[in-house]
Amino acid sequence: MSTIKIRAKAGGKVTKVSALIDHPMETGMRKNKKTGKKIPAHFIQEVVCELNGVVVLTALWGPAVSKRPFLQFKLDNAKKGDTIKLSWVDNKGEKDSAEAKIA
Amino acid sequence: MKKLLTIAATLGLMCTGSIAVQASPQQDLKAFRSYFAKRFPDVPFQEFANGVYAIDKASRAQWESIEEFPPYELSVDKGKALFEKPFKNGKTYASCFRNGGIGIKQDYPYFDTASGEVVTLEGAINACRVKNGEKPLGWKKGKIADISAYMAYTSRGNKINVKIPSDPRAIAAYEQGKNFFYAKRGQLNMSCADCHQWNAGNRIRADLLSPALGHVTHFPVYRSKWGALGTLHRRYGGCNKQVRFKPFKAQSPEYKTLEYFESYMSNGLKLNGPGARK
Repeated sequence: MSTIKIRAKAGGKVTKVSALIDHPMETGMRKNKKTGKKIPAHFIQEVVCELNGVVVLTALWGPAVSKRPFLQFKLDNAKKGDTIKLSWVDNKGEKDSAEAKIA
Repeated sequence: MKKLLTIAATLGLMCTGSIAVQASPQQDLKAFRSYFAKRFPDVPFQEFANGVYAIDKASRAQWESIEEFPPYELSVDKGKALFEKPFKNGKTYASCFRNGGIGIKQDYPYFDTASGEVVTLEGAINACRVKNGEKPLGWKKGKIADISAYMAYTSRGNKINVKIPSDPRAIAAYEQGKNFFYAKRGQLNMSCADCHQWNAGNRIRADLLSPALGHVTHFPVYRSKWGALGTLHRRYGGCNKQVRFKPFKAQSPEYKTLEYFESYMSNGLKLNGPGARK
């Protein structure tokens, strides 16, 4: 099951893309209440969005972004039926991606 | 107390015959609805299910933009997976509920005349687990909230239909919940009604007080404050702490009867859970 839920809606001039990513985004500063040890950092470092294979957005994130990040942005020069692909890589090297067609 | 109940019961029996023998709670319900209709004359009845977003434009706009991509979506998916996963003995949750557990939240909580207890949806979920040899889940958040969220989601649009059978224990449970709602408590000496009825729509520091009519429709709720989904009893505990009252445990008789009263007062409103709130 993908960790990314993505929706893209075509407006008048502009397409709005929204994505909800299921990721813990651990800062590395929180302590485990039972053991007292720090919970290791686990956060998304890079998010890339492609429109029909061309990169339109690169986001460089850090531990300041909260758990289950919600990303929303607008694109122009996009029309109904185009493919949006969103992918992320985190500090542990894990990755995921999801695709959606613009509605 | 017993005398009051007898008087109320007698008055109830003297009421018109077309209503079932629940006259006292029915009278309460009528008074409750007309209070809120008077206090918020521009809000249509069904809109009360949206709480403060029915009475405040600015926060409604923010809420609507959050609902475009609701934070509880992931929990509903998780809840569905948990709901459909069989127990170790091969059975599933569907075997414990009417209609396989789909679209049934409007019946909860109900008064079980066999055991003499109020049964809430979360209570029924854990009872199902125990019946099938599994350990019960925590009451306030996590898996039970996810499962409850899925069941609430399948029941969206159904009108709350809590029944009070003509059993003196059921009436007593209803009355216990009603008394809890109107009783002052805590260091701040406030009742649920102080905020959610007499001051509904007024500001409390930076927040708006929600009307008690429609309180329960959107639970379990994703609260931005919690950053997660929580059950109704989790919120009851939090609310009690806020008036500096040591809260009762989730699914205690006090909170179950409070839920019974509150849900009955929201009868007829369409379920819209799980919800997203500040």
